[in-house]
Amino acid sequence: MMTENSHTPSPAERLKACSGVDVQLCYQCGKCTAGCAMAPEMDLPPSFLVRLLQTGSPAAYRRVLESRSIWLCVGCEQCIGRCPKEVDIPRLIDCLRSEAQKEGCVSPEASDIIKFHKSFLGSVKRNGRLGELDLVVEYKLRTLHLFQDVDVAPGMLAKGKLPLIPERIKGKREIDEIFKKSNA
Amino acid sequence: MKETGFYPGCSLQATSREYNESVRALARHLSLPLREIEDWNCCGATAAHSMNHELALALPARVLALAEAQGMEEIVVPCAACYGRLATTHHTLVTDETLRQKTCDTIGMEYSGKLKILNAVQWIEQYVEPLLANAVTHPINRKMACYYGCLLVRPHKVLQFDRVEDPQSMDRLCALCGSEPVDWAFKTECCGAGLSISRTQSVGRLSGAILSDAAERGAEAIIVACPMCHSNLDMRRPAANRSLGQKLDIPVLFITQLIGLALGIPRKELGLDRHFVPVPQW
Repeated sequence: MMTENSHTPSPAERLKACSGVDVQLCYQCGKCTAGCAMAPEMDLPPSFLVRLLQTGSPAAYRRVLESRSIWLCVGCEQCIGRCPKEVDIPRLIDCLRSEAQKEGCVSPEASDIIKFHKSFLGSVKRNGRLGELDLVVEYKLRTLHLFQDVDVAPGMLAKGKLPLIPERIKGKREIDEIFKKSNA
Repeated sequence: MKETGFYPGCSLQATSREYNESVRALARHLSLPLREIEDWNCCGATAAHSMNHELALALPARVLALAEAQGMEEIVVPCAACYGRLATTHHTLVTDETLRQKTCDTIGMEYSGKLKILNAVQWIEQYVEPLLANAVTHPINRKMACYYGCLLVRPHKVLQFDRVEDPQSMDRLCALCGSEPVDWAFKTECCGAGLSISRTQSVGRLSGAILSDAAERGAEAIIVACPMCHSNLDMRRPAANRSLGQKLDIPVLFITQLIGLALGIPRKELGLDRHFVPVPQW
């Protein structure tokens, strides 16, 4: 039902609703960026990314969604571990990733990382567990990096680390249901 | 002795088989009962929480609910990444009733939240450590750098395990095995984790820095409790060495392998021949 207060939520409101994180708590001390393992490879280091979100400007929000940073974050949780205000940047970034996909503005530099995640989930969806060979085959087909890691594979096989047939669980239908209900 | 549920996770069936083998070897050797959760599924790892929040909760929730339904009161999760996903999901489900109901509906199972989730180090502290003093027959008199990585200790608010910046638990266990833990700077720095395949050069840079600090401090091996840390420091050694421009041959062992050696368990049972960087005879 429409109420007097109803309006289309702004991107900042959507982000807060998704993540539960108040970006205004950040006072730009920069500890997150100083400790971030991936910051040297990022276009927007974590504290810069939060600053852009604080402005509330649609252009700044768009810049964050299009950044390579949100895909480079490995979720090591160092930033929140050191944040004096406990701003949960990894959680924010998880929400930003899904927004970026919905808005269709994913950084082209994130292409391989996303193809990896999709290949990973593809294998889990098929079997209930990750088949590492299954994952690598799908990843190679998606990226066409056909010769990547051909030097590692024989060693893995010889050391018994690369089972050829993925294990499939009995509750495969339950997994199908979970993927379906999660829209994954 | 109380039975502990066991969640191996996907890595322990493949890339990190030796972690699985060495956990089971310790349990066998010390008569500690472990029971694998029947029909467990993948926790979803980084891929699920990067792509879909609901899925990232539902996949671990099914594992937790299975353990409860199978009568388990506590489970051990040796993979630090799986442990992080399971513990975070447990925390979310017990603190957010709306999400708990929604997730239980997605998985079609109930979860009360009474389950206790242990990482490998906590399981060792609880069950192995009390027996160590009498069981160590082959003290490993070497210098070790204990590498905790990210997901064993962070986020601290959720996991409440050890000290977040300078953890000590594995250092203490090393000392009980006769080794000398070195003081170093990269205990909880990230190895590059799930970027191993999609961005190998980043993993080379980060793992290279870790290996190089450990070697400079005189460590003769690095001790880990995470399959991703292990494969990035061991299997990705060529990328790390390329990034460093030198050839480091410092071996990387799981904490369970080090303890196994100190207990005199044969190397083969501990899967020590499965590493890419050879582990010398100590």
